[in-house]
Amino acid sequence: MTATTAPYRSELPAGRDGFGQLLHAEWTKFRTVRGWVITAVAAAILIVLFAYLGTFRHQNGGICVGANPSSGTCQSFGHPTPPVGPGGEAVTDTYYFVHRTLAGDGTVTVRVSSLSGRTQAGNGNAASVNDLGGAPAPVQPWAKAGLILTASARPGAAYAAVMLTGAHGVRMQYDYTHDTAGPAVSVHSPRWLRLTRSGSTLTGYASADGVRWTTVGSARLAGLPQIVQAGLFVTSPQTAPAPSALVPGSTSKATGATATFDQLGLQGGWSPGGWSARNVGDTGLLPTLTSVGYHRSGSGFTVTGSGDIAPAVGQDGGYTDETALTGVFVGLIVLIVLGAMFITAEYRRGLIHTTLTASPRRGRVLIAKAVVIAAVAFVVAAAAAAISIPLGNHLLRSNGNYVYPTSTLTELRVILGTGALVALTAVLALALGTALRRAAGAVTAVIVLILLPYILAIYSALPVGASQWLMRLTPAAGFAIEQTLPQYHQVAYLYAPSEGFYPLAPGVGLAVLGAYTLVALLVAHHLLGTRDA
Amino acid sequence: MSRALHAEWTKQRTVAGTGWLLLGAITLTVALSVLVTVATTYASSGAGQDITKLSLTGIYLGQAIVVILAVLTISGEYSTGMIRITLTAIPRRPRVMASKAAILTALVLAAGTIAVLGSVLAGRLILPANGFTVAHHYALLSLGHGPTLRAAAGSVLYLVLIALLSLGIATAVRDSATAIGIVLGLLYLFPILAALATDPHLKRHLQQIAPMTAGLAIQATTNLRSLPISPWAGLAVLAAWAAAALLAGGLLLRLRDA
Repeated sequence: MTATTAPYRSELPAGRDGFGQLLHAEWTKFRTVRGWVITAVAAAILIVLFAYLGTFRHQNGGICVGANPSSGTCQSFGHPTPPVGPGGEAVTDTYYFVHRTLAGDGTVTVRVSSLSGRTQAGNGNAASVNDLGGAPAPVQPWAKAGLILTASARPGAAYAAVMLTGAHGVRMQYDYTHDTAGPAVSVHSPRWLRLTRSGSTLTGYASADGVRWTTVGSARLAGLPQIVQAGLFVTSPQTAPAPSALVPGSTSKATGATATFDQLGLQGGWSPGGWSARNVGDTGLLPTLTSVGYHRSGSGFTVTGSGDIAPAVGQDGGYTDETALTGVFVGLIVLIVLGAMFITAEYRRGLIHTTLTASPRRGRVLIAKAVVIAAVAFVVAAAAAAISIPLGNHLLRSNGNYVYPTSTLTELRVILGTGALVALTAVLALALGTALRRAAGAVTAVIVLILLPYILAIYSALPVGASQWLMRLTPAAGFAIEQTLPQYHQVAYLYAPSEGFYPLAPGVGLAVLGAYTLVALLVAHHLLGTRDA
Repeated sequence: MSRALHAEWTKQRTVAGTGWLLLGAITLTVALSVLVTVATTYASSGAGQDITKLSLTGIYLGQAIVVILAVLTISGEYSTGMIRITLTAIPRRPRVMASKAAILTALVLAAGTIAVLGSVLAGRLILPANGFTVAHHYALLSLGHGPTLRAAAGSVLYLVLIALLSLGIATAVRDSATAIGIVLGLLYLFPILAALATDPHLKRHLQQIAPMTAGLAIQATTNLRSLPISPWAGLAVLAAWAAAALLAGGLLLRLRDA
């Protein structure tokens, strides 16, 4: 007789192995390594610390406010505040305006028979009063001359304008950021322009002969008052800085434009009496020529203006939210190291054997690790950015600097985007760490992939075109998520990575980084599943 | 000492990684230099371009591989436990450190020379086709030209000093990931912080003390007056960083248990 004994069964209930348990296990692994938690917290503190260090003592008038004629040097005052347009964005609003009051609906028609340019003399660095009279020069591509209808002559007011430009044909523009192209036309041939108000709708027309008219564009200006100012305007923006800091005297120069208007015709509720004239919004914010003015010539006017009616893109030395985010680069490196070590430490200590025994579905282990490190990185970076931006902006402003206003939505995008940028980079490090199983290679690869293109783009003597391709094709494209000032084709400026302008839209740039992370994760998933641990 | 050197040489020689890393450093340096010289034309960048510096841009990338090699020289021993055998065999720890530094210097000197010569050759062959010709006041890149020779030889020395800096830091922190994070942070973060610094004086100071920007001042051949620091002084700054790191690493190696 043989006695049968029941095989041993553990009294303990079977462990559950859902994804939730796995996440919990990975979070416990992270949480219980004291060095990692301290490092993650230190990363957040470093980001905020650099925001503080970069801004707390800094004082910059930003621009040359009022040149000193005797010494030729700039006197630096507190930074003047640019006007804010109807959309809440900082704008440039400086032009010479020959205007009348219009009550209700009406139409103004004019012929622009010539447009010529002037440019500041000297090297543009140390402007003297003589230089700012300007000397005849080719007209600027975005010099503007035409008809404008504005809620008031206060800078930043709502407006719509139809104009002849130096090199971009006839345009209809309104409320600073909107620009519609009309027919292309030479500066030298006469061009008829017409601007009509009907309620809150303004329509711009152009014609080559004053007989056959084509619509250039129309604008609805909500809240436009019954009584508005309308008439002729001329302005001409400063030159764009040269694309290379190597070239001495590459600063912007003030320019002006002179337009001859004739065949002026009015219909509708125009005020009786004559025309008045004024130089609108010359706050000294951007370099402008002093030789502006107007005089009657026959049936029309000859008007000279200097400045621009356009969104501000950083020409005036103001700061943006990105100034306070310098520390993100420091936090990025810390989280790259953490992300790589989160898996390579397991290989080094042999813990990976336990991990894969407890959870044989290896893909899920990788995903759980990615979720945990991404969450840590996101919280660290987003929280630090949420503190850094208001702190940095407050310190800059309290020292008399100008910081561009940003909408709450943009600010939210920058804060969450910074979190996502750092999270995606940390996961990239985790994935490369899984694939290489060595921290050294993974950390180096990720730091080089994301920081080196950025350094080469902003710091080396690479031409702008090459810099832009670096910021399109490499993981460094993700930094585009931090750009707050949009790029405008109707403002000539150096839109280079070194000036904070990225070639890709914020979301697209982040998606490029995301694509790198995704591919690395897929490769890591494949290698983890097919190799012995 | 010669035995210690021989031991270190055997270790480096018999690890597969060393060869690959040196090859990688050479390849990546030359590859980036070629890419940058191909991308830069006279038409797009105009006058005032420092073509020697441009041809040596690859050092920015090649140094990262040198950092890996240098860090693994010591932290590889810590991760495998080999360090205990090494220190049992050669109990005089400064001697271990010195022989590691010597072998590393020799390896990086050799690989760096090939990488730099490759980059200069690439610049010599590619740049004239991009419009950097005598007609535009650009001489053919040549090591016979004093400043160019200084830039090329200095770039090799730069790589050696980067390797020694990495060795010192890795000896101090022992863990490879942390050491590489610190070294690459020191190299790459300074120029970014300097570029983003709002204050011009702070910017200049950052460029003067940063190991990479100061060290790479050795590559400049034109417009030397506008540099934040003169070429040899810049290399001396990097040498000071490397010396400080080696000293700190050596002291910690001597004082701590392995």
